Amino acid sequence: MTPLLFVISLALISIAGGVIGSLVGLGGGVVIVPTLTIIYGVTIRLAIGASIISVIATSSGAASAYVREKMTNLRAGMFLEIATTTGAVSGAYLTTLLPDRFLFLLFGLVLAYSAIATYRKRHSAEPLTVSHDRIANYFNLHGSYYDTAEKKEVSYKVVHSQLGLFLMYIAGLVSALLGIGSGALKVPAMDSAMHLPMKVSTATSNFMIGVTAAASAGVYFVRGQIDPVIAAPVAAGVLLGALFGAKILPRVTSKTVRIAFVVVLVVVSLEMLQRGAFPGSAHHAIPVNR
Amino acid sequence: MSEHPTSTGKGTGADAANLGTSGHRRRKLSPEEVAAMEEKIRKVEVAISLVLRIGVTLSVLVIAVGLGMMFAHHAEYTSINGHFSYKSLTSPSTPFPHSLRGLVYSLEHGDGRGVVVLGIFLLILTPVLRVAVGVVSFMYEKDLPMTLVTLFVLVVLVGSFFLAGA
Repeated sequence: MTPLLFVISLALISIAGGVIGSLVGLGGGVVIVPTLTIIYGVTIRLAIGASIISVIATSSGAASAYVREKMTNLRAGMFLEIATTTGAVSGAYLTTLLPDRFLFLLFGLVLAYSAIATYRKRHSAEPLTVSHDRIANYFNLHGSYYDTAEKKEVSYKVVHSQLGLFLMYIAGLVSALLGIGSGALKVPAMDSAMHLPMKVSTATSNFMIGVTAAASAGVYFVRGQIDPVIAAPVAAGVLLGALFGAKILPRVTSKTVRIAFVVVLVVVSLEMLQRGAFPGSAHHAIPVNR
Repeated sequence: MSEHPTSTGKGTGADAANLGTSGHRRRKLSPEEVAAMEEKIRKVEVAISLVLRIGVTLSVLVIAVGLGMMFAHHAEYTSINGHFSYKSLTSPSTPFPHSLRGLVYSLEHGDGRGVVVLGIFLLILTPVLRVAVGVVSFMYEKDLPMTLVTLFVLVVLVGSFFLAGA
């Protein structure tokens, strides 16, 4: 395959990554990493670098639309970024005490559990009307959005901000350590722990993942993990897909988004478990030559 | 940052009108004030949305120009039946700019991949700029808690680039 065909075909696949990533709030990496490693035979090291770029592209592309349509909870997102950025920076510099193999297995299981928890919540979609969370009240993290699918304005209250902050710190840490799972913990943190509506959770996660990824992008760049020939078609394709995904989200029901999220989460979880079970591919995940 | 004595300022009665507006408030707002506040919030949302849109469009244009230059300079990359494999550009040993000095060098030599990296830089900077716009917007809203929150995030982000030593 010539470089031109590589660029064109990768850009087309990346469009799908952008659509899925922006809908479920995980970024395009979910599609990009397996595509690059399995179909194109790119090393995991460079695939993760491209994945970081795809996450930023999905986030910025879709968020420009979500923010305008009030799907994103701007205040909650920006507040929780305190924890994700701190986690991402500490993760990038943390020489792990635990082997990556163990981390992959651990987070594979954590994600499998949160997939089940998210799935079981599918019938209780009613947002909260009261909150006694002092942090959420002080920073006024509550919000409302117009649900095009249900044709009504949905107001909601936020609870358990401290638990949310803790989970967001872990999310930032994991995304910097393992290169995947940036939004995989953010959506359950907002949906299950903080009681934001599902669509707001994915849109807000989508809004936040760009900042988390940007916080570790500098390190990936210096380590030489961002190959322009791979990153260029990924960035362009994912952006286009994200703009398309942003048009879909307001129109589908929360339940559909939830099911889509669970399916993607199961795939990510299996991917992590597989990397934990077969250390041959896992030890490339953290680049050794800094 | 958890305990704050002023956090009780909002009664539940005013909540419906205050949804999405800034934090602690001691008295109920008149409808005009609520409208003015919502107008401000709307401006913040539009500003952030605009920054993201401009950043994304600009970076994609620069990346496209870079790719175009790369293909224009290397005829062997584009031929449909060529024997030149993409793998020589995506293997672990492929050289490409991964420091500011390397980027400047490759730009000076008119290397398309350097231009692509420049576009990727713009893409990485977009979320940073978005946070910066958030800081300014919350200052403009006179929302001190959220100003400090976004300022902290901005400092961590900018610090992460210096720590990386790019």
